[in-house]
Amino acid sequence: MHQFDVLVIGGGHAGVEAACAAARMGARTGLVSFDLAAIGAMSCNPAIGGLGKGHLVREVDALDGVIGRAADAGAIHYRMLNRSKGSAVWGPRVQADRVRFKAAVQAMVRAQPNLALVEGEAAALVLKGGAVAGLELADGTILEAGRVILCTGTFLGGVLFRGEERVEGGRIGENAAKRLAQQLRGADLPMARLKTGTPPRLDGRTIDWAVLEEQPSDGEGWTMSPLTLARMNPQVFCAITRTTQAGHDVIRANLDRSPLFSGAIAAAGPRYCPSIEDKIHRFGDREGHQVFLEPEGLDTHMVYPNGISTSLPVDVQETVVRTMPGCARVEIVQPGYAVEYDHIDPRALTPDLQVRAIPGLYCAGQINGTTGYEEAAAQGLVAGLEAAAAALGKAAPRLDRANAYIAVMVDDLTLQGVTEPYRMLTARAEYRLRLRANNAATRLTGLGIEAGCVGEERRAWWERREELRAMFHVKHSERVHSRDLADLGLPVRRDHGEKPLAEWLRFDGVTPEALAPWLGELTACDPGLAEEMAEDAAYAPYLARQDAELRDLRASEALPLPADFPYAQVPGLSNEMVERLTSAAPGTLAAAGRVPGVTPAALSALLVHARRLADGQRAA
Amino acid sequence: MSALPTIFALSSGAPPAGVGLIRVSGPGAGAALQALAGRMPEPRRASLAKLRDAQGALLDAALVLWFPGPNSATGEDLAEFHCHGGRAVIAAVERALAALPGLRRAEPGEFTRRAFANGRIDLAEAEGLGDLLAAETELQRAAALANAGGALSRQVEAWREKVLALSAEVEGVLDFSDEEDAADLPECFTWNIAALAGELREWLARPRSERLGEGFRVVLAGPPNAGKSTLFNALVESEAAITSPIAGTTRDVIERAVAIGGVPFTFVDTAGLREGESGDAVEAIGIDRAKGELSRADLVLWLGPEGAGPQDAWEIAAQADRADFAPKTTAHFTLSAATGKGVGALKAALLDVARDALPRPGEAALNARQHARLSEATEALEGAKALSDPLLVAEELRRARLAFDRLIGRATTEDMLDTLFGRFCIGK
Repeated sequence: MHQFDVLVIGGGHAGVEAACAAARMGARTGLVSFDLAAIGAMSCNPAIGGLGKGHLVREVDALDGVIGRAADAGAIHYRMLNRSKGSAVWGPRVQADRVRFKAAVQAMVRAQPNLALVEGEAAALVLKGGAVAGLELADGTILEAGRVILCTGTFLGGVLFRGEERVEGGRIGENAAKRLAQQLRGADLPMARLKTGTPPRLDGRTIDWAVLEEQPSDGEGWTMSPLTLARMNPQVFCAITRTTQAGHDVIRANLDRSPLFSGAIAAAGPRYCPSIEDKIHRFGDREGHQVFLEPEGLDTHMVYPNGISTSLPVDVQETVVRTMPGCARVEIVQPGYAVEYDHIDPRALTPDLQVRAIPGLYCAGQINGTTGYEEAAAQGLVAGLEAAAAALGKAAPRLDRANAYIAVMVDDLTLQGVTEPYRMLTARAEYRLRLRANNAATRLTGLGIEAGCVGEERRAWWERREELRAMFHVKHSERVHSRDLADLGLPVRRDHGEKPLAEWLRFDGVTPEALAPWLGELTACDPGLAEEMAEDAAYAPYLARQDAELRDLRASEALPLPADFPYAQVPGLSNEMVERLTSAAPGTLAAAGRVPGVTPAALSALLVHARRLADGQRAA
Repeated sequence: MSALPTIFALSSGAPPAGVGLIRVSGPGAGAALQALAGRMPEPRRASLAKLRDAQGALLDAALVLWFPGPNSATGEDLAEFHCHGGRAVIAAVERALAALPGLRRAEPGEFTRRAFANGRIDLAEAEGLGDLLAAETELQRAAALANAGGALSRQVEAWREKVLALSAEVEGVLDFSDEEDAADLPECFTWNIAALAGELREWLARPRSERLGEGFRVVLAGPPNAGKSTLFNALVESEAAITSPIAGTTRDVIERAVAIGGVPFTFVDTAGLREGESGDAVEAIGIDRAKGELSRADLVLWLGPEGAGPQDAWEIAAQADRADFAPKTTAHFTLSAATGKGVGALKAALLDVARDALPRPGEAALNARQHARLSEATEALEGAKALSDPLLVAEELRRARLAFDRLIGRATTEDMLDTLFGRFCIGK
């Protein structure tokens, strides 16, 4: 089969989600990878989820994606980060056994109808009239497709740094990558450079675990995907150690040998995930930095020391890790390194992640300047859904900043661009009270079913859940007197009067469990849903207040700004504004307001002009 | 797509005056300057030029200035002609400008509108400019100038920075507590929020800028023939009348707005109060209105029997020149409006109390819209202060930031744009 609706290049987290999403939508999809056995590999940290990232995993899963179920299949340690805070910022995170995770991904990919796996090296895009018509492989094979999604990670000019060492090149064969890269550069796409890094991998057998503080997998039963009925693997514990003054001294003495400080790497790294030399340099007064020792799998001794990403020379790395408690005799299996790479300025993409200059070409993942499996997976999902929808004349699920972190990320990327590797944070989502990791299915699965990207199993699960929700709503509207609650020992004043249960749930200490006399067995049917609805009730006053804000947002989102909007002709727009708006090409007035530096005055000028244009078109 | 028209207007006061300043803004400003002055002066440097019309007739010898956009007051190309201020000269220059292609007379407020549209000033500054143009008294002018000059905007910016810093601390706790061992909010955090909320409360308690437009409201009350009208006339005559922005409805009260020492006052002479003495329905309505006036008053001057006036009214012992004068033991002032004795002292005292009740000169004052936004921010901060869940604290701080953004017109919502259109009619 050489004819496809959608072709995906790359079998990492973005590529897998893109290919499976397009196939679920019903598009004839091909996944091109130079090594099919490498599909689903975790190249860095063996963890999935975390603060903000856990939200993305749950959202991809809610749209029937792969990463959530694969994470459960590989999970050997579960932890709910931020448990002590409000549930909207809880971050589900698992450590996954690399082998089991990859096996699960490959099984799902192979079982996916409409999806063909193509082993080969992508050499060049086939373009017709400037638009994508297919893909040429290194062996000369031509695959026809009107939509191609690039999920090729750091293949554009990646350079590895370790001390004075340099290793050039990405994962794809040099020649093949070069022609593709030339095509992209030829399209005059704005490019920029970023860096990221990894820590050395340690041999767990050489760590003295007994002297370290253990961090067990949490005892609760939650999973990444609701379709995973129970945790599958034996759970291992992590341990916590720290860097020490002695180690800091070694790092300081060798700073000049780090490419980050010798000037060899000029690109910006992530501020939220600095290398250990950065931490010492910037926070020199700290006595030590926490390091989590995370086992990489059940069948390997490899341990990932989270918190000491570095590009120092190997001998320095060795000395430094041995100054950490419990690590005096530790052996490094694979030293850490930094990677500097080119990425596309994501402002060159439209909100469906399509390259504006090359219709039919989509980009997802690290190539867009993001970091992390979860960010990559979420973009892959978007690109896959959008490309398939475009190919089939359907509509992809409508995601926006008020219903999905995924949309927050895509909106940030395509409007604001990146200055450091983009990582999801809960702080990026202004409507975070309603975007909880535990209500992703409620927010998105219905939209997914409507768009046609959700399979039978999840659809059945979701419909059962919606029935239960209706029953909860009935129960929650039941009016109960404070006396009756107080009689149960709940912390409410006896004379507080009568209120619906939903309002009582706003009171501290009133939980779904405590309301068992009214909710009956319902809570037991789906404790997760009971908890979610109790949270909805608790946050209700805040959500109601946001509603006015959202109405405004959606009103200005209803005013489209076409891609060829003549900014230069808008009276009163300064050259600077015209330039900013032209390069970000916001799709709506609301998006224009989020373009950095755009003034309210510019917005009002835009509004007037856009309304005039729209009126003119209606009249014509 | 037609280019934005070039506009011109006499910016200084009505002629005749010493100097008449005519401004031209828009893409044709340079051509207009070239056409009238016969040359382009160096940017931002005043020079003398002979102005001629299209037929070559000399109009005036004027100072001309050239400000190429975007670094001009309106953000567009801007030319200024400082002519002699006679009616004929100004009319002739305006005629010559109107005859040029693409030039038209500016609508009221259009220069401000363009400055706003080009991002030269923000919403609060634009509102200040609007007030400035409408200002009739020295006090109004000073307050409007403070806003137009960005005093309020700078203050809001400073508050916004503070809230941003507080937000950053909470967000750090929310997004990074598990990764680094810096976990909790510092002890002074709640205290800092409370301090900021307190500062905002102080601003909210300040006199509002509308008070400047309305003036300090002094109501003269008392029974018929107590000397109210004589005193009223003594207070308002000889003073500069100003046009009160309050729509005058027909009522049985006489109201006059004047400026005393640069401070706006509205004096109100009420119908005589004769409660309970007559069953006449018409008079009852008049009395009701008079009572309504009393409740709206900032200050009541009571000319009736001692102790019978409203609470906090100033006891005035009027008609001191009369033979049947009845002194008051607790009189604030004893005076005779007929002879003028004591009236000056009363005016001085009124000026003192009015100054305290109105925005201070040069101090930015809030209008109703700004007051509402600032109240929102204050409520949000006070909400944040009372919460312990950092997630909800963060939400309240976000709400405060949003209120600040709206205050200076940074937010991108329709609400803000509507406010804008309501005030400036952009796009008409």
